[in-house]
Amino acid sequence: MSKKLFISGDEAVAIGTKLSRPNVISAYPITPQTVTVERLSEMVESGELKAEYMHVESEHSAMSAAMGVSAVGARAFTATSSQGLLYMAEGLHYASGGRYPIVMMNANRSLALPWSIYGDQRDSLSLLDSGWIQVYVEDAQEALDMIIQAYKIAENKDVLTPFMVNLDGFVLTHTYELVEIPEQEKVDKFLPPFQTPNKMSFEEPKNMAFSTTPADNLEYKYQQNRAMLNSIDVINDVDKEFGDKFDRYYGGMVQEYRCDDADVVIFTLGSITGTVRMIVDKLRDEGKKVGLLKIRYMRPFPEKEIIKLAGKVKAIGVVEKDISFGYEGTVYTNVNSALSKLDNAPLSLDFLCGMGGRDVSKSDIYNMFISLFKAVNGEKQKRVQFINMGVETDE
Amino acid sequence: MNRPKVQKYVKPKHIDDYPVGPQFTAGFLAETNAGWRTFRPIIDKNLCINCLRCYIVCPDGVIFKSENKVDVDYDYCKGCGVCAHECPVNAIKMVKEELL
Repeated sequence: MSKKLFISGDEAVAIGTKLSRPNVISAYPITPQTVTVERLSEMVESGELKAEYMHVESEHSAMSAAMGVSAVGARAFTATSSQGLLYMAEGLHYASGGRYPIVMMNANRSLALPWSIYGDQRDSLSLLDSGWIQVYVEDAQEALDMIIQAYKIAENKDVLTPFMVNLDGFVLTHTYELVEIPEQEKVDKFLPPFQTPNKMSFEEPKNMAFSTTPADNLEYKYQQNRAMLNSIDVINDVDKEFGDKFDRYYGGMVQEYRCDDADVVIFTLGSITGTVRMIVDKLRDEGKKVGLLKIRYMRPFPEKEIIKLAGKVKAIGVVEKDISFGYEGTVYTNVNSALSKLDNAPLSLDFLCGMGGRDVSKSDIYNMFISLFKAVNGEKQKRVQFINMGVETDE
Repeated sequence: MNRPKVQKYVKPKHIDDYPVGPQFTAGFLAETNAGWRTFRPIIDKNLCINCLRCYIVCPDGVIFKSENKVDVDYDYCKGCGVCAHECPVNAIKMVKEELL
């Protein structure tokens, strides 16, 4: 029988990891990921989890060690956040280029300077091009489930790409929820042991992680891109198989909420989704045709799903805890690239919020919908809006 | 001493013929690499006592045995001279390439 525990997002990740039976965990603690790696080290210490726990001296070493683990055909786990993620940036590209299907939890946290430990999504979004699959979860249950799914997707022979599970710092990592813990036996059936063609062994010695000249380099980059595109079908299949076995379906690449006849839809990433869902319900009660699209994966990007939905709506708002200085939010840029493939694209607005841990309230979300309705009615709205600025800016 | 042979590298015709990521069966030598050698180690086989110290110290692993005698693979020897310096019986001389 599966059981329910009242645990934090960090603890949910630790339990999801334990159920996935990693051989080695190499990690360096950083707020707000710390509880995850503390719990894992306790599990290894007590013998509850039969794995090696490597106390590395930095995040760069954590990622390097994880590559070594993967290169001998073992299952690797690591976890980080913010500055730690940036410190391992070199390793991220290395791991994806080497096709090592490492799974990593990233607790989304703002970047210095100014120094801040509060949540936003600028850390992982600034590494969108590192060749890692990126999923953003909404609650602790999804965090646990996605660690298990992550290994299944990353280790698929047509994918062999590392996988980053992102959860909002504090809002998810440190908030307690009732989480259903899958049975180990069922997880074992869902997630078979790791097999890879890229394995260092005495029986079949390999030259691993070699150099290329310009004559061959592009082909390896093409392969990486193809593997990432292959992962779209695998993501959807794994979501279905997981749902069939554990009774929780997440929709694969995206999750729609009340979008069927919607005129105005807000796109979200991560934990803000819950708040937007409440406002969608409130506006629906008022007779407004609104909906929500939860973008689950940023890489690969749900282009097909966005195009399909965008063809039926009048306006799209993108809510994101991120900005690419000198332009706009990165999620917005990606969404607009998908919209550009439509003949009659709906209008779109970018709502930048929650950076450095600033609160985003229900009324903020309500006002975003109002701004979108005004735009639909021809009233000029700023394309990129900073939500909840505490001061005048003369703009 | 199984020494890999230099094999001609043929660029694959189809993307599926590439290995998955930059990893391939060890020992596939596609190119020689000794172009910057200026001094060549030459072993006097009459003096050599087959102790294989040169084999142990060679940083490039180019010392091998052929017909039970120690030899040097000049396709990969960079001419560093460690073997000559370490030889206990002075059986290896470093000779300038252009004089050969």
